[in-house]
Amino acid sequence: MRVSIDEDGCVGAGQCVLAAPDVFDQRDEDGIVVLLDEAPAPHLHDATREAAVLCPALVIHLAE
Amino acid sequence: MPDIGRVVVVGASAAGLTTAESLRRGGFDGLITLIGDELHLPYDRPPLSKQVLLGTWEPERTAFRDDATYQRLDVGLRLGATATGVDLGKRSVALASGDHVPYDRLVIATGVRPLKLRQGHDLRGVHVLRTVDDALALRAALAGATSVAVVGAGFLGSEAAAAARTLGLDVTLVDLAPVPMSRQFGDELGGWIGDLHRDNGVVVKTGVGVNRLLGDTEVTGVELADGTTVDADVVLVAIGSTPATDWLESSGIPLRDGVLCDSTCQAVPTVYAAGDVARWHNERFKVDMRVEHRMNATEQAMAVAKNILGDPKPFTPIPYFWTDQFDAKIQAYGIFPPGSTMTVAQGNPADRKFIAHYHHDGDLVGVLGWNMPRELRAARALLTQD
Ligand SMILES: Cc1cc2nc3c(=O)[nH]c(=O)nc-3n(C[C@H](O)[C@H](O)[C@H](O)COP(=O)(O)OP(=O)(O)OC[C@H]3O[C@@H](n4cnc5c(N)ncnc54)[C@H](O)[C@@H]3O)c2cc1C
Repeated sequence: MRVSIDEDGCVGAGQCVLAAPDVFDQRDEDGIVVLLDEAPAPHLHDATREAAVLCPALVIHLAE
Repeated sequence: MPDIGRVVVVGASAAGLTTAESLRRGGFDGLITLIGDELHLPYDRPPLSKQVLLGTWEPERTAFRDDATYQRLDVGLRLGATATGVDLGKRSVALASGDHVPYDRLVIATGVRPLKLRQGHDLRGVHVLRTVDDALALRAALAGATSVAVVGAGFLGSEAAAAARTLGLDVTLVDLAPVPMSRQFGDELGGWIGDLHRDNGVVVKTGVGVNRLLGDTEVTGVELADGTTVDADVVLVAIGSTPATDWLESSGIPLRDGVLCDSTCQAVPTVYAAGDVARWHNERFKVDMRVEHRMNATEQAMAVAKNILGDPKPFTPIPYFWTDQFDAKIQAYGIFPPGSTMTVAQGNPADRKFIAHYHHDGDLVGVLGWNMPRELRAARALLTQD
């Protein structure tokens, strides 16, 4: 699985961090997503998919 | 998995599309039909009052998915199709075209429609903001205008006022309530939002109602209840919305300011609702609620899809909301009922960087962050503790 994000559309909701804290973080100043792991290990795939679905701006893209 | 062949979803937007996608992710391989009365491919609304109004995004960018994705998902998308009724006995949805679409499970996701002023709404230059077409019409009108009056200082009116001011227009924000967004977050917090707007050059006229819109064929301004007038080339009416349930009135589906559902988002057996249109009992806060926020559309649609496919579980979210106005990102988790007490728990409102806690009947029920996204995420955890 490869993860990419569209930072420009991110609304800083932080739902991705709640769902997959090993894969996503937020910048301090504006809450914009920070991708910690572009190729998460298999045990993180479910949580990463959940994050992609939950994102209210739909800026998390997965290639599987 | 129960024996279900056909799911029909009415309302092709955030909640409707998420329902369809979540059904597929949950392994449903029957027919899914997604019916929507708009002509565009399903698109997202929050950018309409922000990037689209400002002109930094073209409208195409708001589309959720491209054509190919609907094909891959095997979702039957019927756009430009208005549902006019439901026959619960025959289990079918009637369309304006005369077609009847049979279902085994029906999901109602028709959202809300903007309320209009009783007078003056037909004047040229008077706008509402709900659809991408509304946003483009408003954007074009603003491009040729010097002044705009925004009637209604809820989150939508306040956001649009901020966008119009950023575009350089003279902006007046009018509301009967004492401060902007007071119904959402109370008078003290709303006062700070009013200050934010004033500091950025918006004329904030709150605590005064609208008598009438002025003009013969084209709007020229707004007459307020105190007798003063606000000159305006463009008027945006943002006075709230009403659930799009007119088409369900004689169906037998219970309606009460929305589609009335139980705690699992079921209205009657085989019929569910999700998103802005759905009123359900949230067991976490022990209240019936209807939430007009983007995150809820996703979460409730995911819950409905799961409840259709498996053992129904109560939907008990902590509602999440955000708004962007000028340099302020305001985010909130929880509920903010009238009569709550607000206290600043971290940071300082004067710095426009703080976290506020809302208590109701002694319980912490909501947390709000102003330019403090990471800290707010941490504060959310306080709401899940007993
Ligand atoms: C300009 C704007 C900015 C916003 N900004 C924010 C924000 O910053 N943060 C936030 O949390 N929320 C925001 N929201 C709210 C958020 O967009 C909504 O909560 C979300 O769109 C709800 O999704 P939904 O699918 O339930 O309903 P909707 O998006 O309203 O979709 C319902 C669809 O059903 C269609 N429909 C209605 N009746 C029928 C019928 N009889 N037959 C067929 N189709 C029908 C409608 O035309 C519409 O396409 C904003 C909303 C707007 C309008």
